[in-house]
Amino acid sequence: MKPVFLLTDLFLFGLIVAGAFYIRFAMRSPQLRANWRLALQRPAAAVSAVFLGFFLLIALADSMHYRPAGAAETRSALDAVLAPIAVAQERTYSAPLAWLGFRKETFERDGKVVRDYPRLKFGGAHLKDPEAQWLGDVTRRKLAGLAGGLGAWLLVALAIVALVSKSAGERFSATLGRVARGQTQYPVRAMLITLAVLSVAIGVAAALSTGYHVFGTDKVGASVLVAALKSVRTALVIGALTTLVVLPLAVAFGVAAGYFRGWVDEVIQYVYTLLASIPDVLLIAAAVLLLQVKIDTNPDLFQTALERSDARLFFLCLILGITSFTGLCRLVRGETMKLRELEYIQAAHAFGVRSARVIIRHILPNVAPIVLISTVMQFSGFVLAEAVLSYVGVGVDPKSFSFGVMINTARLELSATPVIWWSLAAAFVFMFLIVLPANLFADAVRDAFDPRARLKSVADRKSPAPA
Amino acid sequence: MLAFLARRIAYGLAILAGINLVTFLLFFQVNSPDDMARLQLGGKRVTAQAIQQWKAERGYDRPLYFNEHASGTAKITDTVFFDSSLRMFAFDFGRADSGRDIASEVARRAGPSLALALPVFIAGLGLSITLALGLAFFRGTYLDFWGVTLLVAMMSISALFFIVAGQFVLARVLQLVPISGFDTGLDTWRFLMLPVVVSVIARLGPEARFYRTLFLEEIGKDYVRTARSKGLTEPAVLFRHVLRNALIPILTTSVAFIPLLFMGSLITESFFSIPGLGNYLIEAIGAQDFAIVRAMVFIGSVLYILGLILTDISYSWADPRIRLQ
Repeated sequence: MKPVFLLTDLFLFGLIVAGAFYIRFAMRSPQLRANWRLALQRPAAAVSAVFLGFFLLIALADSMHYRPAGAAETRSALDAVLAPIAVAQERTYSAPLAWLGFRKETFERDGKVVRDYPRLKFGGAHLKDPEAQWLGDVTRRKLAGLAGGLGAWLLVALAIVALVSKSAGERFSATLGRVARGQTQYPVRAMLITLAVLSVAIGVAAALSTGYHVFGTDKVGASVLVAALKSVRTALVIGALTTLVVLPLAVAFGVAAGYFRGWVDEVIQYVYTLLASIPDVLLIAAAVLLLQVKIDTNPDLFQTALERSDARLFFLCLILGITSFTGLCRLVRGETMKLRELEYIQAAHAFGVRSARVIIRHILPNVAPIVLISTVMQFSGFVLAEAVLSYVGVGVDPKSFSFGVMINTARLELSATPVIWWSLAAAFVFMFLIVLPANLFADAVRDAFDPRARLKSVADRKSPAPA
Repeated sequence: MLAFLARRIAYGLAILAGINLVTFLLFFQVNSPDDMARLQLGGKRVTAQAIQQWKAERGYDRPLYFNEHASGTAKITDTVFFDSSLRMFAFDFGRADSGRDIASEVARRAGPSLALALPVFIAGLGLSITLALGLAFFRGTYLDFWGVTLLVAMMSISALFFIVAGQFVLARVLQLVPISGFDTGLDTWRFLMLPVVVSVIARLGPEARFYRTLFLEEIGKDYVRTARSKGLTEPAVLFRHVLRNALIPILTTSVAFIPLLFMGSLITESFFSIPGLGNYLIEAIGAQDFAIVRAMVFIGSVLYILGLILTDISYSWADPRIRLQ
């Protein structure tokens, strides 16, 4: 077994490490700690954080790639977990939890050629008399999953309460009572309820998955659940990596333009007006088409199909970042322009402090809140944009897993009779479950870091200069 | 005013020149015409002769920037750069790689695009403002809370979902309107109904929420308190004072999008098979027709810059304190 690091894996892990450093840094700064505490004290934000953390875990498991000894293809840890479901392929569409095929087929039964719904290869294959047993079997599995999920949750919940009671230095029962009444500093109760829901959902899905396809199968008979879970990584990578591209570009150019003014400002303004003037989709389409040409004409550039689609994903993040850094850049520029006129910065200049030092000591910490806010607010937009771009055909590799690809391949299925709804439903529900928490979390962060006054003054400045 | 306009237009032209150069570099330098030919003709087993012929048919076999073999001005004009880049400034887009004239195709498709985009723009703006004002009126109540929650939920739903669900429910289950297609004349509205409704709903979430915060900000200002202390009723304050003042930023920023309406909508047009410019672009991307993509980049940029200039003008028109110099 040999570990394999794809380009986006490295960046994702790098981002986690950077996040850890940020948390350490924020814990030491009283101001930042107070702001984050304010944000996380909101139940909606805390619940969202639990959801996002869960999806992040899935994405991380799907980012640990390795190549089993002797095997030709690279797999991820998530693949290994999902392997039993992934190998249990059907021939074609099958409805969620079905034991019969979706369409009638002609086959031989008891020596006669009949036209009927065929038994599935995997779904309900263990049932001897499915018509009588199916309901009981499914119910039994659901209950078992429910019990397992609740059991696992109980262990985790008790551990969390124990941790809280230890850090608060009080008796376990007292903490338990406070959590149950919702009187803790952070909304522990809401978080535990969310965990319970997640845990039960996982338990039930896992229990059912041993005998059925929970979300049904797609056109080629592959499990929709597997596709949805593997799409989570693509969505998060797009959201996170694009942010990683936007941040340095926007901050560096914005601060430089606002601080140095003059020709630096002119050039930077020209560049970002130029980039903003090209409609985003067009620029992305142009860039992705060009990349596709490069890949197609140089087939030896990448060894495996996975690496190829990963390179395209990385490139998509890059170009998406380039098209979307202009807004934040303009904000940072305006904020820097305002800051550099403040007395203490003028005083620093008068004392002969160098520009680099002024920027690091005084400008950067003060533009950090707007940068943080617009970063978290942009995240969900990128996730939604991926689906649209993939639909247009300029998103991720159509052979890889993503919500956009799922929607694109399934978009004609609703017009089939009877309706094939499960692929689309799974894609939309999963996207919603990622984007809604991201939006709620972003709102809490925005309110906590209270930039209203700052953002507004910049917005006013966006009107054409009066003089 | 005139001097301001002239300066803005000159700056716009400078931006356009930059865009033109960038797209040219992207499509001809980063990616050689040989690559394009190979892609269009398909696969690796393309003979050099076939590539040469493909390039010659489209005029891509000439030098990129400077033609040494020509004489006089033809040294400059008989190049790929002049033909496929500079001519765009005269709105001469040449032919698509598939052979059809791009300009006439664009002119033909702008109509359907506009027929969809304009009603969406007007209805969307009107509905968002109305909804936002309503929420601002009931601010702090349960109605406001659940209204905002609904808006956040709506903005978390992919626009694709609204289209798919709308097509399924309204066109397939209820059979109120055709699922997709387009027709000219009086029948147009039957085909446009569904895409317009779906697009308006899809953009309602983020817009109405944003306008609500604008209204709330305006409500916190001093003149509102003055109006209340004069004894004006809450509706009078809201509709006569707050609405008018908050509308200024809303309308001036919306002006920027008016020229872009011509570009149509990528997703909606493609889902509902409306033969507009958005659809044109998707087809071009699918067929990897770079000539069309380049032309659309140019047109889109021209419209965007036009929108910026219109915004500046509307600012000074709406707010006399702002002078354009």
